[in-house]
Amino acid sequence: MATVSSPLAAPAAPIAERQPTDWTTPAMQSRIAARYRAERNFRRLGAAALVIAASFLAFLLFTIVRDGWTGFQRTETRIDVQFDAATLGVDPAAVAGPQGQSLLARADYQALLLKAAEQLGPADGTLSDAAWMELREALMDNPALLGKRASLWVPVRSSIDLLAKGKYDLTAPAESRGVTDREVSDWRWLEKAGRLRTGFNTTFLFGADSTEPELAGIGGAALGSLLTLAVTIAIAFPLGVFSAVWLEEFAPKGRLADIIELSINNLAAVPSIIFGLLGLAFFLNFAGMPRSAPLVGGITLALMIMPVIVIASRVAIKAVPPSIRDAALGIGASPIQVVFHHVLPLALPGIMTGTIIGIARALGETAPLLLIGMRAFVTDVPQGFTSPATVLPMQVFLWSDDVQRGFVEKTSAAIMVLMLVLIAMNSLAIYLRNRFERRW
Amino acid sequence: MNQNPAPKPAIGHNAVPKMTARDVNVFYGQKQAIKNVSIDISAEHVTAFIGPSGCGKSTFLRCLNRMNDTVDGARVEGRIELDGEDVYASNMDVVQLRARVGMVFQKPNPFPKSIYENVAYGPRLHGLARSKADMDEIVESALKRAGLWDEAKDRLGESGTAMSGGQQQRLCIARAIAVDPEVILMDEPCSALDPIATARIEELIDELRGRYAIVIVTHNMQQAARVSQKTAFFHLGTLVEYDDTSSIFTNPKATRTKDYITGRYG
Repeated sequence: MATVSSPLAAPAAPIAERQPTDWTTPAMQSRIAARYRAERNFRRLGAAALVIAASFLAFLLFTIVRDGWTGFQRTETRIDVQFDAATLGVDPAAVAGPQGQSLLARADYQALLLKAAEQLGPADGTLSDAAWMELREALMDNPALLGKRASLWVPVRSSIDLLAKGKYDLTAPAESRGVTDREVSDWRWLEKAGRLRTGFNTTFLFGADSTEPELAGIGGAALGSLLTLAVTIAIAFPLGVFSAVWLEEFAPKGRLADIIELSINNLAAVPSIIFGLLGLAFFLNFAGMPRSAPLVGGITLALMIMPVIVIASRVAIKAVPPSIRDAALGIGASPIQVVFHHVLPLALPGIMTGTIIGIARALGETAPLLLIGMRAFVTDVPQGFTSPATVLPMQVFLWSDDVQRGFVEKTSAAIMVLMLVLIAMNSLAIYLRNRFERRW
Repeated sequence: MNQNPAPKPAIGHNAVPKMTARDVNVFYGQKQAIKNVSIDISAEHVTAFIGPSGCGKSTFLRCLNRMNDTVDGARVEGRIELDGEDVYASNMDVVQLRARVGMVFQKPNPFPKSIYENVAYGPRLHGLARSKADMDEIVESALKRAGLWDEAKDRLGESGTAMSGGQQQRLCIARAIAVDPEVILMDEPCSALDPIATARIEELIDELRGRYAIVIVTHNMQQAARVSQKTAFFHLGTLVEYDDTSSIFTNPKATRTKDYITGRYG
């Protein structure tokens, strides 16, 4: 038996005699010094890289916050309004009746505001186009105001708003400072009359887009993002996880599995605009689904992030030790029971982390949504999955594209909202990973 | 410890074997891992499979409850029977087979769940307990039989993975016992344990003898001599010799067996 013979029995090859190593020679010492030097330099290099990366990030955050924090504020002016039924064109007796609210909703507040603006004297043109809505809101909240006089704060035009926030360099020559002498003098008059205040801008947080910067809000886009992501999660998570389970646990290994794996990895690297084209060609043109809708946006983004979820889930499933599968199979669990009782619960933290990172990517995606019409100018908060909507990054894009100066701070403020949402989602991912991670 | 195995009944010729294997060949892809192995496994003994690394003893063990099914490219030929039933028959329910032929693995592999849940998992899968009280009883008796009850009774809710290695392995034995198997296959159950934990497991195997047919794969010839009554020596995928443990260790018939147990190779 060949294998019975011990390897030690093999004839020994002659081994050359070797001088004992001298660790004290100058050459050896300088080699050691060089090694330590290289190590120190490498550490410094790493630290320097980190400092550079961190300062880029700090600069980015600093400029965004500097430009953006005023976007959460709005300048308002105080006017005294006489809620005159005749000017409003409503009958006080009918207002008390059952149709009261709808009558009040349709009344002529523009005329009322025009009258009230007279008290602003030379600055009567500084009120925002939508200032009348504040009057309507006040009266509808409290119909008893009809026929009475009330003091109200209404928004001013964007130029006055920016002047009040000190966004213009007034020492610059008139033609290059971006604001007219008339606006500057109006602002000075209002300021002197004590009729200006700057407060928190609820319209920005809860409203939808508008052509006027002082009326534009991020709320519509935020809700649009939420609806879109809900569709994305509902489609991409189950599809991605079950694909990963099948590929990892059940797929026969071989050429086909290799091709599928390669395709999924390629799909994860496909530029997102391609998915937009697919969405346009298939969902809109072929399937006839509604344009600009969170439903279509969500499906398109789901296709985009599904490969990411599949890859992350496969890694998480692969990380479950085979001994756990053996243990369950060994006492008679069926393969499906092994997956649902053991593999998936153990892989879930990793799957969740991957999914949330995928979703964060979907949240920040614009390109595919451009092509399916979510670039639309939507002045209403979306009502459902099929109503026109836009999303947060798209809103940033739309505002950054706008020529009006007032949108500069809105753009930065919208970026702040977007980044806060992203940070919240990534924190959740890290929390979930640490919370459910198991060691064995 | 069990230095002198209890006087054993005459070897398998009169008793009906629990499991039989005839002309079993196992292939991993092109490579043949087991060649023409035939063996009878008796119900009342502990049977040890010994042999050098890579001799196929673990592979053969895993054929007995079809755990090789999960290995890609593994192919089993020949006939393996459990109480006369063909284990590889197309109508054999693998899930039930593995409940009847339980397995304990080389590395303790408790589920990352509570001690109670570890033991209760199998009975719950197979619907063996009608009520919570039933289940409590099954868990308690399995832990008692695995010699773990005294250590575990006050911490049934704690994670099974928080126990020591030896306790984990006994928990795995309890988990296998809980489904009331007929055969227990042990694949080097002590190789990851220290000598004291090993001694506990060996005692346990001796206590379980007779109640379950036990097959143990071991690297350690002393262990085989201590716990088993029958020993099979595997080499290069073949079954070289199968006999009473005492004859194998005192009077081996094949030269290969003799060389192995006297430490010439392995």
